[in-house]
Amino acid sequence: MRAFTFKQVARQEEALLLSDAHAGASPGEVRFIAGGTTLVDLMKLNVERPSVVIDINRLPLDKIETTPDGGVRIGALVRNGDCAHHPLLQSRYPALSQALLSGASAQLRNMATTGGNLLQRTRCTYFRDTVWTCNKRVPGSGCSAIGGANRMLAILGASEHCIATNPSDMNVALTALEATVHLQGKEGERSVAIDEFFHRPGTTPHIENVLRPGELITAVSLPAPAPGSRSLYLKLRDRATYEFALASAAVVLTAASGRITHVRLALGGVGTVPWRAHEAEAALLGKGPSPEIFRRAAEAVLQHARPQSENGFKVELARRCITHALTTAVAGGGEQYGS
Amino acid sequence: MDPRTTLLDCLRETIHLTGTKKGCDHGQCGACTVHINGRRVNSCLTFAAMHQADEITTIEGLGEPGRLHPMQAAFVEHDGYQCGYYTSGQIMSAVALLKEPCGPSDMDVKEYLGGNICRCGAYPNIVAAVQAVRRHSLL
Ligand SMILES: Cc1cc2nc3c(=O)[nH]c(=O)nc-3n(C[C@H](O)[C@H](O)[C@H](O)COP(=O)(O)OP(=O)(O)OC[C@H]3O[C@@H](n4cnc5c(N)ncnc54)[C@H](O)[C@@H]3O)c2cc1C
Ligand code: SF4
Ligand code: FES
Repeated sequence: MRAFTFKQVARQEEALLLSDAHAGASPGEVRFIAGGTTLVDLMKLNVERPSVVIDINRLPLDKIETTPDGGVRIGALVRNGDCAHHPLLQSRYPALSQALLSGASAQLRNMATTGGNLLQRTRCTYFRDTVWTCNKRVPGSGCSAIGGANRMLAILGASEHCIATNPSDMNVALTALEATVHLQGKEGERSVAIDEFFHRPGTTPHIENVLRPGELITAVSLPAPAPGSRSLYLKLRDRATYEFALASAAVVLTAASGRITHVRLALGGVGTVPWRAHEAEAALLGKGPSPEIFRRAAEAVLQHARPQSENGFKVELARRCITHALTTAVAGGGEQYGS
Repeated sequence: MDPRTTLLDCLRETIHLTGTKKGCDHGQCGACTVHINGRRVNSCLTFAAMHQADEITTIEGLGEPGRLHPMQAAFVEHDGYQCGYYTSGQIMSAVALLKEPCGPSDMDVKEYLGGNICRCGAYPNIVAAVQAVRRHSLL
């Protein structure tokens, strides 16, 4: 691990001043540390090499509050476990609670934070091992995963430069729930819709999101749940717990008088970013729920799939994940809000 | 202390409390589980310098021969280990679980202990030990 200077801050302005003073030189030179479960892991592997680490755990960003519009604001330092077990979130946004509980382990969830989870890095083997070439780690060096061990990697949104998956479960639920990410930088505050927060790899896989150097995530907010909607998260993986998704789906759905009147669908484990399935939503809206309609919706997303040498199975797995999640939501498997 | 020192290395190498084990050093096995202010965490993924004001509990703080914690006693009684390497992490998780919203079934216990890997495969006896302590604490 590269040696670094360790700083602890108690106020947001202090964090921003420090990060701004040390940002600059090369990206990743300064890092905030929250739970540490991504950062410390990758620092040990020499994949993250900050010279300054700023401990933000004392900042007052650990609250879950309701907002005037009936939504909720989740502080960047709320631990994933606390978020998952929060009664208000469990009843109004079950997909979020289920997604969080399906990720990592109880110990890791006690450490991991909302902000850190948003920014967790890919689990691509070659990214994590400095022996290999990897465009995300060393821009322009090449991608070892194309034609290599890519069973876990993306079938949607990849480029010739990178095929890595965004591994987060939380991000998938936040995408279906249409979250907004709140940021604070030296130029002030700004808010970004989650659908616009993540960048697909394109020719610059090392740039993963809109965050500017030194900028701090302060919170994530969710709009009020649609009346009568149900939401759920379904995760398919190699073992029953403590494993990343091969394919997952977050669904928010309202059905009235035999028609789907509102639907949001996001996929995990298959995309380079948390994948909002707009085309599937369009195929479902206004239709009567049926296996045929669900299948068509799944096809609308997966017609764009570009599998790699080892992950062709994900196309059918994702189809089944979508149809099963939709079937469960319509059958009342998800929790219903506001009925 | 070098800021690179993880809480795990600090406990083992600096304070010489070697009951907490290093398995993977990457959050993947649970051997390094300790409690920080009563909550279980993986001590390999946090820096010691981040915890100067925190209360850390390790397996040594739970109990010793002669005055075992009920969970330690249950692991002995139910033979909840083989080689024993991952046992302290298992016990730290099991004790934390008693205060967490874990459901009543064996499956619930397996899910809540999912972050602790045991290469010997002593899982059935570990679950039995945890359930025995939970039943007893209900009495
Ligand atoms: C063994 C293992 C299994 C896992 N399994 C899963 C799984 O199944 N599903 C899943 O979704 N996740 C899984 N994870 C990943 C885990 O959820 C993430 O590591 C965690 O959410 C990261 O949060 P953190 O607070 O620990 O981040 P940190 O490690 O503290 O930070 C991560 C990054 O975010 C930056 N950062 C943190 N907070 C802020 C902020 N407020 N503003 C700006 N930048 C910030 C840091 O600088 C760093 O670059 C697993 C992790 C491990 C180690
Ligand atoms: S898929 Fe992306 S992260 Fe993996 S080796 Fe290729 S460039 Fe690196
Ligand atoms: S040593 Fe910390 S989880 Fe394996």
